[in-house]
Amino acid sequence: MLALLVGLSLALLTAYFGESRGGPLHSVQRGVLEALAPVQDGASRVLKPFRDLFGWAGDTLDAKGERDKLKRENQQLRQQALAGEAAVRENAQLKAQLGFDEQYGLTGFGRVTARVTGGNPTLWYRTIQINKGSDAGVRAEQPVVTGDGLVGKVLEVAPDTAQVQLITDSASGVSARVNNSGVTGIVETKVGNPSDLLLDALSPGPPVVIGARVVTSGSTTSRLESLFPPGIPIGQVTRVDDAAKVVHLKAYADLRRLEFVQVLTTRAPRQSAQAP
Amino acid sequence: MTVSPGLVARLAGLCLVLLIVQLAAVSQVMVLGVSADLSPLIVMSVGLLLGSVPGAIVGFGAGLFVDLALVQTLGVSSLSLLAVGYGAGRLRELRDPAHALLPLAVGAAATLLAQTAFAVLQFLLGVDGPVSFLLVRQIVATVVVNAALALPVFALVRRVLLRHMPEDPRRRRRRAYTTGGLSPLSRS
Repeated sequence: MLALLVGLSLALLTAYFGESRGGPLHSVQRGVLEALAPVQDGASRVLKPFRDLFGWAGDTLDAKGERDKLKRENQQLRQQALAGEAAVRENAQLKAQLGFDEQYGLTGFGRVTARVTGGNPTLWYRTIQINKGSDAGVRAEQPVVTGDGLVGKVLEVAPDTAQVQLITDSASGVSARVNNSGVTGIVETKVGNPSDLLLDALSPGPPVVIGARVVTSGSTTSRLESLFPPGIPIGQVTRVDDAAKVVHLKAYADLRRLEFVQVLTTRAPRQSAQAP
Repeated sequence: MTVSPGLVARLAGLCLVLLIVQLAAVSQVMVLGVSADLSPLIVMSVGLLLGSVPGAIVGFGAGLFVDLALVQTLGVSSLSLLAVGYGAGRLRELRDPAHALLPLAVGAAATLLAQTAFAVLQFLLGVDGPVSFLLVRQIVATVVVNAALALPVFALVRRVLLRHMPEDPRRRRRRAYTTGGLSPLSRS
């Protein structure tokens, strides 16, 4: 019996690994995802008070360490706020001049707001499930955001549910640029350290400073169009490792506690190259 | 061991409910930077209560369900949880454990085994991104969080399966002490 089960597991593993996304095992997976969606949605709503209670207990444990860190950050931010006020005024004027009525220039995108119904407990996959799917216009590879910034992209879709790959997933990679210097790179993360995003493969440019904002760079060529529109905030620079040529970021969106997200559904007409 | 339809139904229902609770609630609560993973605890409990073969079967089934529901590579969780169920079952069969705190230790070991097996399989299949040494810290944190939940999960599984279990080590031990022939006082 044991040998049979081990053999079956290995056969499943081999078959799944070898087949394409449209293969029969992937279809079965999508079927299960769809069948579980209403149950999981209901369970998520029913269990929300318990989730909040235990989340509060967990947050309290983390709060002491966070407090000291925030005190230091507060001092830094106070200094930056003075500089920021001037930039905000300038930005508001520029936006008014350019006629942007959307905060991040996402006027060409439709939005579907979805509730987060589940998550992945393993350390290797950082994915969440949402309660909107292809019936609501959600498709694979569409960007997912919150009011704070980029969350990830849609990985798999069923009629009433979808799986979202977070930017902290080890297989995720987002083309990004440092907002004030124009340096571009790829935002990724290391397995085991999802709270620390890395901006890797940096392009030559002026030095990156701590506190700088990092946003999606969007399309840089018409041949290899980015999945993400330009200008969506990703995170703030927390550390610059000159030796490794890597910039460390903290994501703006609180990816540990997501309740609602927005899927950007309608693709804008192809935009011209976005020079950093 | 005789497998009654009642036992199969209870096992299937219990696993389904607990795994849905895992997906919908437990995996979204972070403690020490990680979320608890109930699946190795459920499988470990079944293995400890019913033996190696039922443990392995439930491990395979629970792993398959987790892989299907989370759209992961099929077979990875099945294989790792199968090892957990079989290992816990063998422990019961070889050592006949009865200590009240045993599920805590076995739960921690089961989580460590499941996490390590999962990591090894991921490495064998090829990892898309870089891997941090902090993964070890996260595995240890998951083991600690799961160890804290091992006793209540074991108690719940035991309560659900109690009537259908072939032999509960604790009940057997209690019976032994109340049997007159085995008491040292009765010999004098």
